[in-house]
Amino acid sequence: MLDIKNLHVTVGGKEILKGLTLSIQPGQVHAIMGPNGSGKSTLSFVLAGRSGYDVTEGSIIYNGEDLKAMATEDRAAKGVFLAMQYPVEIPGVTTMTFLKTALNSQRRKRGESDLDAIGVLKLVRAKAKELNVSEEMLKRALNVGFSGGEKKRLEILQMSIFEPKLAILDETDSGLDIDALRLVAEGVNALRSPERAMLVITHYQRLLDYIVPDRIHVLAKGRIVAEGGKELALELEAKGYEHIVGQAA
Amino acid sequence: MSSPAQLETKAQVAEIGDKYKYGFVTDIEMDMAPKGLSEETVRFISAKKNEPEWMLEWRLAAFRRWLSMKEPKWARVHYPQIDFQDAYYYAAPKNNPLKQSLNEVDPKLLETYNKLGIPLNEQMALAGVAVDAVFDSVSVATTFKEKLNEAGVIFCPFSEAIRDHPDLVKKYLGTVVPVTDNYYATLNSAVFSDGTFVFVPKGVRCPMELSTYFRINASETGQFERTLIIADADSFVSYLEGCTAPKRDENQLHAAVVELVALDHAEIKYSTVQNWYPGDENGKGGIYNFVTKRGDCRGDHSKISWTQVETGSAITWKYPSCILRGDHSVGEFYSIAIANNYQQADTGTKMIHLGANTKSRIISKGISAGKAQNTYRGLVSIYGKAKNARNYTQCDSLLIGGNCGAHTVPYIESRNPTARIEHEATTSKIAEDQLFYCLQRGIPQDEAVSLIVNGFCKEVLQQLPMEFAVEAQKLVGISLEGSVG
Ligand SMILES: Nc1ncnc2c1ncn2[C@@H]1O[C@H](COP(=O)(O)OP(=O)(O)OP(=O)(O)O)[C@@H](O)[C@H]1O
Ligand SMILES: [Mg+2]
Repeated sequence: MLDIKNLHVTVGGKEILKGLTLSIQPGQVHAIMGPNGSGKSTLSFVLAGRSGYDVTEGSIIYNGEDLKAMATEDRAAKGVFLAMQYPVEIPGVTTMTFLKTALNSQRRKRGESDLDAIGVLKLVRAKAKELNVSEEMLKRALNVGFSGGEKKRLEILQMSIFEPKLAILDETDSGLDIDALRLVAEGVNALRSPERAMLVITHYQRLLDYIVPDRIHVLAKGRIVAEGGKELALELEAKGYEHIVGQAA
Repeated sequence: MSSPAQLETKAQVAEIGDKYKYGFVTDIEMDMAPKGLSEETVRFISAKKNEPEWMLEWRLAAFRRWLSMKEPKWARVHYPQIDFQDAYYYAAPKNNPLKQSLNEVDPKLLETYNKLGIPLNEQMALAGVAVDAVFDSVSVATTFKEKLNEAGVIFCPFSEAIRDHPDLVKKYLGTVVPVTDNYYATLNSAVFSDGTFVFVPKGVRCPMELSTYFRINASETGQFERTLIIADADSFVSYLEGCTAPKRDENQLHAAVVELVALDHAEIKYSTVQNWYPGDENGKGGIYNFVTKRGDCRGDHSKISWTQVETGSAITWKYPSCILRGDHSVGEFYSIAIANNYQQADTGTKMIHLGANTKSRIISKGISAGKAQNTYRGLVSIYGKAKNARNYTQCDSLLIGGNCGAHTVPYIESRNPTARIEHEATTSKIAEDQLFYCLQRGIPQDEAVSLIVNGFCKEVLQQLPMEFAVEAQKLVGISLEGSVG
């Protein structure tokens, strides 16, 4: 599904990813952990196609296609979704309008017909209910004045509406209370399916109790320095990054 | 539920493909005045319209006055000297006396209106919109007269009003914008060719939205319409004007005058969607739009509300204003001004508080992209007798890219210590992270810009009549296409 080989990425003239290799099969959930500033968000932006994140070396193959050559919005239409660490505010644009615009943009790109206003409303309402996102929130301007937790829940709501093939969750668990965390995890688990893959970036082993990953990668200084099953998270929690990063060096 | 006319408007807007879809020229035989401007031109226009002597005298007085005036230079706009002798001041489709039904109108004209997306047909009746269309200099067809007649509302071409309602015209013409007001208004007074006249009698709520579409078709022609709207006591009227012009390499002059009069407890809502040709990416061609619009809240508790969406023109010089003469009268100005490429916009409003307890509200949204310059220029003036006057002004500027400019020039004069004036101003940019967020969710760049800008303008768009809000939103998007590289 996703095959990253020897990826080097430069941001603002500085090399952040320095030969990262990672591969995810359909149906799998992988977790990425790693110290602050190790390049986790950078990786997520490169996969999503943010401008300013230049791939200087290496390859990213997504479902047999060269992801680098694909426009940002085309990646979205082809199923790449990034739940952002810091969701962005757009004043004056209601959440509902944004969801409708995004959904129909993706559909159009895939050659599907637009969903009418009523169709969108039904879909969004049903999904919002599952995730405890209030009707009132949908009427407010996108992310404007939302609490940290509300913003994260809205990201997951979008994920469940767009039903991506590759979902990247960048610290979606940060800032969530216990109930919200469970809800988000349920949302993620509900989307788990044999044709879908997920990449979950987190600092906390706690999330991985709810979303049990097939594999954990530890990212430090722009490279994967350790890999393992879910027990690796426990080891990290007990011993800290220094121990593992030190070992790898 | 959407009416057929709304659906039609939406469908037509959806078809917009080209950046300036109105840039076509209709090939119709024209009746033109000789080129240039002289007393002869003024007499020619007046004669063409079979005007009474008093109207001709009024025009001639304006023309003589104009000869002694100088073009204003204080606005933040730059353009080469206009050669007023190098233009035509009258152009009318040949053999086109006023039509009683649409079937009589030249099919080519109707086709033009269709291309413009003007639903000038029976469907419009369902939406409750009456349309007066001004093609170059003359009014071509006025629809839905009967329904308006029943209500006692007069809605007709200006030339018809001079003929059929001379007393009303004499009583109100030039009382809000005096002949001597400013260079362009004086020029308009001398050579105005047609326009719209509206009179809403006492206690009448106009049964439909009134609407005029202006189009400049002929080349090297100036357009000088004159609009006069009078809302008698306790009446209400909502009026919308739309403007387009074909693509041409030379600049064309548009100098209109709009006068509004609201008597006791009357309300006038005046909306404009202005999409004159803005010139090409290199600043060649486009309309010079020098317009004087003013409303007089003459009666107590009267209200005048201006809403404008300005996306077109090479140069916009326009300050729709309110004279708050009646006690408790209210003036509002809601504006979206978009300037892209080499467009220059210098626009704003004047709120003149004369009466006690008068209130005004100004919401201005300026968007600049490309190499454009966008200036908000506003005056809030509180006179000595205007005790407890209130003004709230909010000026927001949005910049797209690094080569454009936004300027805010608010003037405030207060001669009454009880007045309360609030002014807020912000300047922001479309942030890269906002664009990325939209792209990541599958929204293409141009659509993302349109979405973000429409969000920025929301408070103003909400003021537009429903049927036109959709059109205006699309226009906002189209006029900014390709503005983010
Ligand atoms: N525009 C930029 N110019 C220079 N350095 C940058 C730029 N953007 C990010 N960086 C640097 O890249 C490094 C990796 O950042 P990134 O956000 O990917 O870290 P992270 O692993 O997501 O950290 P966290 O756990 O705190 O979210 C950091 O050192 C950061 O300062
Ligand atoms: Mg991060």
